[in-house]
Amino acid sequence: MAPLLNVRNMTHFFGGLRAVSDFNLTIEPGEIKGLIGPNGAGKTTVFNLITGVYTPTEGIVELEGENIKGVETHRIAARGLGRTFQNLALWRHMNVLDHIRLAHYSQLTYGLFGAFFGTPKSRKQEKEVRENSYKLLELFDIDQFATQNIGNLPYGAQRRVEMARAMATKPKILFLDEPTAGMTPDELIRMIEIIRQVHRDFGVAIFMIEHRMKFVMDLCESIQTLVFGEVIAEGPPEEIQNNPEVIEAYLGKEDLH
Amino acid sequence: METLKKLFRPFSVVPLAGWFLGVFSAVLMEYYLGDLISYYLYLPKIPVLFGTLFMLKNPLLIPSALAYDCIVYIVPVFLVARLFAPLTNQLAAQLEKMPLWLATLLHLAAFYGILHMWAGINDYRVLVVKLTMISIILTLSLNVINGYQGEFSCSHPGFMALGAYASSTLTLLLFANDKMFGEPLMNPALGPWLFPLILIVGGGVAALGSLIVAIPSFRTRGDYLAIISLAFLFMVKSAIENMEIIGGPRGMSSQPNYASLTVVFVWMALCIWIVHNFTTSVLGKALNAVRDNEPAANSMTVNTRKTKMTAFMFGAFWAGVAGGLFAHVLRYVNPGTFGLNKLAEILAMVYFGGLNSIYGSIIGAVSISMLSEALRPLELFKWIIIPLILILVMIFRPHGLISFTELNVKELMRPRDKERAGGVE
Ligand SMILES: Nc1ncnc2c1ncn2[C@@H]1O[C@H](COP(=O)(O)OP(=O)(O)OP(=O)(O)O)[C@@H](O)[C@H]1O
Ligand SMILES: [Mg+2]
Repeated sequence: MAPLLNVRNMTHFFGGLRAVSDFNLTIEPGEIKGLIGPNGAGKTTVFNLITGVYTPTEGIVELEGENIKGVETHRIAARGLGRTFQNLALWRHMNVLDHIRLAHYSQLTYGLFGAFFGTPKSRKQEKEVRENSYKLLELFDIDQFATQNIGNLPYGAQRRVEMARAMATKPKILFLDEPTAGMTPDELIRMIEIIRQVHRDFGVAIFMIEHRMKFVMDLCESIQTLVFGEVIAEGPPEEIQNNPEVIEAYLGKEDLH
Repeated sequence: METLKKLFRPFSVVPLAGWFLGVFSAVLMEYYLGDLISYYLYLPKIPVLFGTLFMLKNPLLIPSALAYDCIVYIVPVFLVARLFAPLTNQLAAQLEKMPLWLATLLHLAAFYGILHMWAGINDYRVLVVKLTMISIILTLSLNVINGYQGEFSCSHPGFMALGAYASSTLTLLLFANDKMFGEPLMNPALGPWLFPLILIVGGGVAALGSLIVAIPSFRTRGDYLAIISLAFLFMVKSAIENMEIIGGPRGMSSQPNYASLTVVFVWMALCIWIVHNFTTSVLGKALNAVRDNEPAANSMTVNTRKTKMTAFMFGAFWAGVAGGLFAHVLRYVNPGTFGLNKLAEILAMVYFGGLNSIYGSIIGAVSISMLSEALRPLELFKWIIIPLILILVMIFRPHGLISFTELNVKELMRPRDKERAGGVE
């Protein structure tokens, strides 16, 4: 059977810049994999290429054996690829509940007519969406903020809203781009717990970019190291941590250990 | 500000139904005693719009006009509203037990009755009220595009023109005996019944026309909408000017008298209801997400291109309907009406009232319409005062008076007395 996600020889150029070269990745259902690398290595670009924000110049990207290269971002997302963003990408003027509600977009089957006139079908679906949203809010411990504007939330809670929102799209794989960036140690420990819980409760596969070695070590089964768009090492966490090339690439970076 | 708050405290227990009763008593008073009161106050006749016209034309009448407003409006409204609050709160509590749609309809009917009576004093009031309600439709529909979705579109008068001309052509062709199209093709008695359908066709024509703007603007990322939509506005205007068959620069006239106060009111209520349903649904929330962060919306499965097209066509549709109503209220249109002045007026209403808010659009449309009628005697100065107010609002409330609030009918209509205050103070 085809793997859940299959990326072969993915290469991408920004103009003359070879941002990603020959990237390979397979993710099986329920796996947790990590991607590390110094600043500007091309990690976020890998995410953007797989999720369809950019179309890779070369290579193969398949989800459950079907090509998703060149497919629009929203369709890829609807097919089971959820994500969070490195620098929070929330909707400034919307409240927390509406963030989660909207992420159900592709699961709705009622049309414009339903939205205009509030037909029984649309009301039923809206009600289900609302209920499911509250469940997610509780799960991520942000239900107390439900009707608050997103800007009023503390940073850690905003990160959790992003996770909850991604989970509302019912993903098969969750892409997390530096989920602990800018977090305090307390918030960090909480985030590890939440990711574990999401993995356990939803059985979702996870692919995450992370700088903090401790975090990746704790969670990931396998890690890739990206430097200047190329994978220089791949393997289980202990192996990566002691790999001389990885240490070399991170030289002077105190947060490796 | 503080003293003002204190002054209004006793009135915080008045429910919406109570204010309706207050206004109703004022309207009744004007209906029966208006002539008498204005006679004793040396006013030539019942002031049309709260006496502002008298005041601006003849400053000597300012005390009389103010006295009239006090005696006929302010005192009865506040007195009756406060005195009968215990009673109206009971009524509100009764209404609260009914299904929401029924309570809303009853409130709307009461409001319409009062409005009808107030406007009935003279024809000018009827006209002002009709045009104000049409402005509400225009403002709301532009708010969907510029506020809810955060684009900057300038083509609303163009869509209005498409709707106005499409519906006028149909009513004149089918139901009127006029010099342009000759004998009516259908029985004129059917006219008023088919008028809603004709308005919908007018809206549809506007929505189709909006594709000329939407397709090139939303195909690619980037901000071309403002320019393309402005170009569209001029295109529509000069196209109509050059089409002799629909009157060219002279315009079209003698449309049948189908747009009564009731008809305009029903369409306005319908528009508010549909815009409310749409913008609070998940599909409508997509507009906000497109505005606040489009890539994030895409990643959350939202088809943003479809969303943008839909919202734009939706806005254009209602502008077309408003145009159709406008043409049948004035019973005369010419291409000159749908130019930059109209655009400035609608934009002012949207940005003054408040983005992303139905309350805001209603307040913006009503206050700018009323202000612009009231200041009419000032002629040129009107166009200094209104922009000045707009600038002040933009400085102190950049998103407009009431922005980013959802219409909450239940909250509006709830009883307000102490026991049932429900913690909202
Ligand atoms: N849209 C783009 N156009 C041109 N160059 C880009 C674009 N996006 C990223 N790049 C470049 O590609 C390289 C990789 O960037 P990327 O954001 O993927 O790095 P990263 O590994 O995520 O770094 P960080 O740890 O800082 O997040 C950088 O040199 C960046 O400047
Ligand atoms: Mg990055």
